Amino acid sequence: MSQYVMWFEGYWDGMKAEVGGKAASLGEMTGADLPVPPGFALTTGAYRVSRDAADIDAMLARLLHGLDTDDTAMVSDRCGRIRGHIAEMAMDPEVESSLRDAYQELCRRSSVVDVPVAVRSSATSEDSPDASFAGEHDTYLWVRGADSVVDAVRRCWASLFTDRATCYRVEMGYEHRSVEMSVVIQKMVRPVAAGVAFTLNPSDGDRSTIAIDSAWGFGEGVVSGEVTPDNFLVDKVLYEVTRRTIGAKEMEFTLDGGDAVVKKEVDPERSAAASLTDAQIKGIARLARTAERHYGCPQDIEWAVDADLPEENNIVLLQSRPETVWSKKKKTSASTGANDMMSSIVSTLMNPLNSKK
Amino acid sequence: MADRFPSPFEIEAPAGAEGWQELYTYSSLFSEGRREYEDSMFWFQDGVHWPTALRPWDATLFEYAITSLSQYNTRHLQVPPANGIDFRILNGYAYLTPVPAPEEDIEARVANFMDRAGFYFMNWNDLYDKWMIKIRDLVQELETINFDPLPELESADDVVKSGAGVGSGWQIQADYHRLLDLALKLWQYHFEFLNLGYAAYLDFFGFCKQAWPNIPDLAIAKMVAGVEVDLFRPDEELKRLARMAVDSGLADAFDAGDVEATCQILKDSDAGNAWIASFQESAEPWFNFSTGSGFYHSDKIWIENVEIPFDFIGNYISKLKSGEDLARPMDAIRAERDRIVNEYMDLLDTDEDREAFQGKLGLARVVFPYVENHNFYVEHWSHSVIWRKMRQLGELFVKEGFWSEANDIFFLKRTEVEDALFDYFHAWATPAPAAGPSRWPAEIERRRGIHSALAAWKPMPAMGVPPEVITEPFTVMLWGITTDSVQAWLGGGDSVDGELRGMSASPGVVEGLARVIFSPDEISLVQEGEILVAPLTAPSWAPIFGKIQATVTDTGGMMSHAAIVCREYGLPAVTGTGFATSTIKTGDRIRVDGSNGLVTIL
Repeated sequence: MSQYVMWFEGYWDGMKAEVGGKAASLGEMTGADLPVPPGFALTTGAYRVSRDAADIDAMLARLLHGLDTDDTAMVSDRCGRIRGHIAEMAMDPEVESSLRDAYQELCRRSSVVDVPVAVRSSATSEDSPDASFAGEHDTYLWVRGADSVVDAVRRCWASLFTDRATCYRVEMGYEHRSVEMSVVIQKMVRPVAAGVAFTLNPSDGDRSTIAIDSAWGFGEGVVSGEVTPDNFLVDKVLYEVTRRTIGAKEMEFTLDGGDAVVKKEVDPERSAAASLTDAQIKGIARLARTAERHYGCPQDIEWAVDADLPEENNIVLLQSRPETVWSKKKKTSASTGANDMMSSIVSTLMNPLNSKK
Repeated sequence: MADRFPSPFEIEAPAGAEGWQELYTYSSLFSEGRREYEDSMFWFQDGVHWPTALRPWDATLFEYAITSLSQYNTRHLQVPPANGIDFRILNGYAYLTPVPAPEEDIEARVANFMDRAGFYFMNWNDLYDKWMIKIRDLVQELETINFDPLPELESADDVVKSGAGVGSGWQIQADYHRLLDLALKLWQYHFEFLNLGYAAYLDFFGFCKQAWPNIPDLAIAKMVAGVEVDLFRPDEELKRLARMAVDSGLADAFDAGDVEATCQILKDSDAGNAWIASFQESAEPWFNFSTGSGFYHSDKIWIENVEIPFDFIGNYISKLKSGEDLARPMDAIRAERDRIVNEYMDLLDTDEDREAFQGKLGLARVVFPYVENHNFYVEHWSHSVIWRKMRQLGELFVKEGFWSEANDIFFLKRTEVEDALFDYFHAWATPAPAAGPSRWPAEIERRRGIHSALAAWKPMPAMGVPPEVITEPFTVMLWGITTDSVQAWLGGGDSVDGELRGMSASPGVVEGLARVIFSPDEISLVQEGEILVAPLTAPSWAPIFGKIQATVTDTGGMMSHAAIVCREYGLPAVTGTGFATSTIKTGDRIRVDGSNGLVTIL
């Protein structure tokens, strides 16, 4: 195991500075039984040794000398050249072989040759105020093959020198040498089915229920509302499917054979069939429940069933955020009215079905 | 869709059953004199307890049971919204109608109910301990009843010189009266607690449905259900005996073919004799267990049909030999129950709710042992003794030439048995010929014909005008009848695309071949891996649950005696489908979705 590579499942708190916020969050989720798509981070150390080996300091000093942050043409030219240098610099040989080995391992785990991955920057935000530029750092999707991965990593590194980030550091007097970056390499999900799940029933706020919306292919259609999904209600404690409604699922978002996601019509047979098996429904419910426990409040998650991963762990969590609608409502008491036992029993006998359909 | 069921007055006797009314108590029949009242009520057939046509004497326990229920609601506890349950027999089938309390009385009833029912809830355990003593005393007294033939000459010492002043002829009639009195007393005891138990359960149930509108009924049942339940004890005893047979090296004896051959082998060894002694010890009282609901004299009772427990023991022995562990994992069951309770409780938002939840759960658990266990003591044990004593009396009449089989006595109404006893007493005392031998054989044959015609008739699930919404607590609690099930009946059973809807009594989905069974006698037809389809299932069918994949019944709710055992065995079950036995045929491939209460014929 290389010192430059951290698999998500190998994460522990002390590594946060080395791998950045995004990788830390993916590592933390993996460790908490919230299986995100598998992958690893290339540490800031990898950037450091490569940067030092390529000796880019002289290049930076030359190109940043006398930079006028108000001159957008100048900024664009200089920063573009810096990024060009970094994107082409030789990677430290040990770093590069570690990266290639880790990518091969990811291919093996996914049973896919040249598995498509997302390559994303993972900013180390603690010691640098430019965390807010994290979104500007580059993200490369559908990267296939080790050479392309190496290339994408260097381009991520280069994104430390976007026009805006560079100007910001110049204006604030921050040392360019101090900025570092970790890069996340994560398997692209190839979903059989995908969708969202709430850890409460969105129609009545019932917290004992997990509600799942699911459709074939990528989850975009479910999230945007373009597709009428299947809907499953699952009891959170017994994990029993208490209601299932099969949606029309007119469309599915799927790969066109290459890397582009296209919208296709669903044939009638698949349209009428449930997009999840019972085992998958329960798996997603357990995942949602685990997320709720982990974050300590009702969650709204995005998930997918990955076609490439082995059956027993092919359900992956793409995103989890707090549920906002019901969680903001005022809590109502279930024990309103009859407080003493006998009055409650009397009122139950008077109206035994007021709460039962 | 129709909005009402036929009037009871529109329903004709099945061909061959004309005159069936003479077989039942006159007050249990629909009659012109009460027509206005009877036509205004909603009647449903109680298939949970009386799924098939009653024989005249068997109607006794039906009448005693329901009247006792009513008496507790109206005269003892004053359940605020509910008077009693009125009943009728139509074409031999049991029909019930809940009678609401007048709106204007409810307020006054609340005060009485709070006082009286409140006392029971406060002192439940003490009163339940007393109940256990009362019920055991009652069985013991039933056992003292004796219907031996009257003696040629009374005993000089015991009867004549003792100055008793009464003889065996008086005694035998007194014993029959005593049997009836004890049967009625049994049903008084039965309802001393039952409705209160269900009320506390329903209160907890209502709280859960309010707190978690989508909570499965099953989850609520699991939070309350007991772990060690007397109703499971007979099955536990079978397993114990199976284990003992294996441990003592006696397993092979159970391959001998029949009970007699098995016993022959067992008697050859000390270990075998010890096993037989142990069986006999278990048998009293635990094998006073009916293969049916216990409400029919024809339901087979283990202790009188030892081939039934022997068969079950044989099955358990083969399972043990194939390495299966028969023990119920008590600790795991308890741990799972606690997990369910804690997880739901964590979902409550306020301390007030958690406190209310714990209080209601606590009470539900205090009352629930009665709800689960009374069934063994009343319907199984006590009824078994009653049927046995009645058969002894029937046998006596066979010897006197009144009829040809002991069970023929059940073709007489309970009052007619008294008349026949007097006839016998009179003939013995005089002595002179009795009238019975020339009257009863032909009459019983006629009644047998009527009863077969009634048994072949398919009863309507309901009659009269249904209320828009079923809110009557006992209809819901004891019979599992809801607005939905009434709507399904009105739909008439012509199910959409071969689909039947019922209660999700036990979760899971399976597909398989159906085996439709109408009576406990057919249990042996059930093959490994089939899906059992029956009017209802009885707890004593427990051992066949090891064979089947799922259960579908016509009647019964989540809380029916049967549902408890179904869940225990972890099999998908859909109950209360209304028409399963008339829609599904043996050999049909069906899918049972116990989680959603749906049965599909494939």
